[in-house]
Amino acid sequence: MSTFPWERLALRIPIRVRVNGDTHTLLVKPWQTLLETLRDDLGLTGTKEGCGNGNCGCCTVLMNGRPVTSCLVLAPEADGAEVLTVEGLARDGQPSPLQKAFIEYGALQCGFCTPGFLMSATYLLQRIPNPTEQEVRLGIAGNLCRCTGYDKIVRAILAVARGEVQ
Amino acid sequence: MRPFEYVAPTTLREAYGILAGANGRIVRPLAGGTDLIDQLRVGRKRADVVMDVKRIPEMQRLTWEADGGILIGAAVPCVQVYEYPDVAQRYPALGEAARLIGSWQIQHRASLGGNICNAAPSADTAPPLLVYGAVAHIGGPRGERLVPLERFFTGPGQTVLAPDELLLAIHLPPPPPRSSSHYLRFIPREEMDIAVAGVASLVALAPDGGIGQARIALAAVAPTPVRAREAEAVLEGRRPSRRLVEEAAERAVLATRPITDVRGSRAYRQELVKVLTRRTLLHALADLGIHID
Repeated sequence: MSTFPWERLALRIPIRVRVNGDTHTLLVKPWQTLLETLRDDLGLTGTKEGCGNGNCGCCTVLMNGRPVTSCLVLAPEADGAEVLTVEGLARDGQPSPLQKAFIEYGALQCGFCTPGFLMSATYLLQRIPNPTEQEVRLGIAGNLCRCTGYDKIVRAILAVARGEVQ
Repeated sequence: MRPFEYVAPTTLREAYGILAGANGRIVRPLAGGTDLIDQLRVGRKRADVVMDVKRIPEMQRLTWEADGGILIGAAVPCVQVYEYPDVAQRYPALGEAARLIGSWQIQHRASLGGNICNAAPSADTAPPLLVYGAVAHIGGPRGERLVPLERFFTGPGQTVLAPDELLLAIHLPPPPPRSSSHYLRFIPREEMDIAVAGVASLVALAPDGGIGQARIALAAVAPTPVRAREAEAVLEGRRPSRRLVEEAAERAVLATRPITDVRGSRAYRQELVKVLTRRTLLHALADLGIHID
């Protein structure tokens, strides 16, 4: 600490980020994560912190259309980015087909991992509209669930892929 | 996280200026951050300045070269590497390894360059890059240099990079004619784990149908990723057979210096090297029309 050049430290960096369609101009600390920015600065607490090191996938969001664990993204890196969180999935107050399917299939118990699964599943179906069960399981490999045993999550995603939930 | 400054240069010149002016401060290059950000959080690494290199065009290059080789910028994420047209055909082991690293979330961020600079003995892309004879393009305020990947790793987490140097790109020469290659790693589950052992093998056939060239490289069984030269020497100039493959698999173990840890014992890792060497060799030979049962 004593050798740290506090006097030269840029304590805040301005960033502009589009989250769920809304543009925000924020001052962020260089060492804060995108996850902290979403939750603490923007109040978007749907995105959860589980492990904090990229293993559990609870904090998954889509950044420029691609899934990332937001605990492993520095807030300044998101400058100019487009971010989609679980709060941005609903359309006109209507849950997305995946959100409906998760409810219908009971694809959650405690719910903590659910936002991350929904974001990974959203990306999965964009990338592979008609996935096999194996492709679904690989697509959600970066998300851990300690309650459901995954089966209902897989079934819910496959149901949306087959058009059974819209 | 312990405070640091964040800079995102948009040119190499600017990046070199930051490195030259570090004045004893620790400048950490950031690409995908999947290793670095976690290491900073838990205090395994320190940074006074985090330098995001993703906005530097040279770091994002991904191009086939005139000689048939490929140049991969240090910040190019794994997904882009394995989805790049023809990578899976020309460098199958590299495509396979890049696809094995972490989840989609990780693969969209984690770069090939970062996997190499992090220098974990278990780095999945290291064995494929070694069998393809990859060369690291390194640059800094004092100039640029080329280092064969074999001399890039110096220990667990250690590389030849000086504090004021950056990995700019990885160059792969064209694969030898009539060759194939594969990478396999063992983990106790299907994905999202660190290799207990990993093996890449490349086989090129000579005009007479014998093995003209063989390259085998290992991960997670020595302080750095290593070539298994004794195994390669056994294969070269010989006719492929079950016995020959078995002999090479046995010899691959000579290149290992494994530790016993939570992922596996020394003996288990050595056994895995035999199995994975055999399987990757048989797979590569099968691609070349040589089926050994």
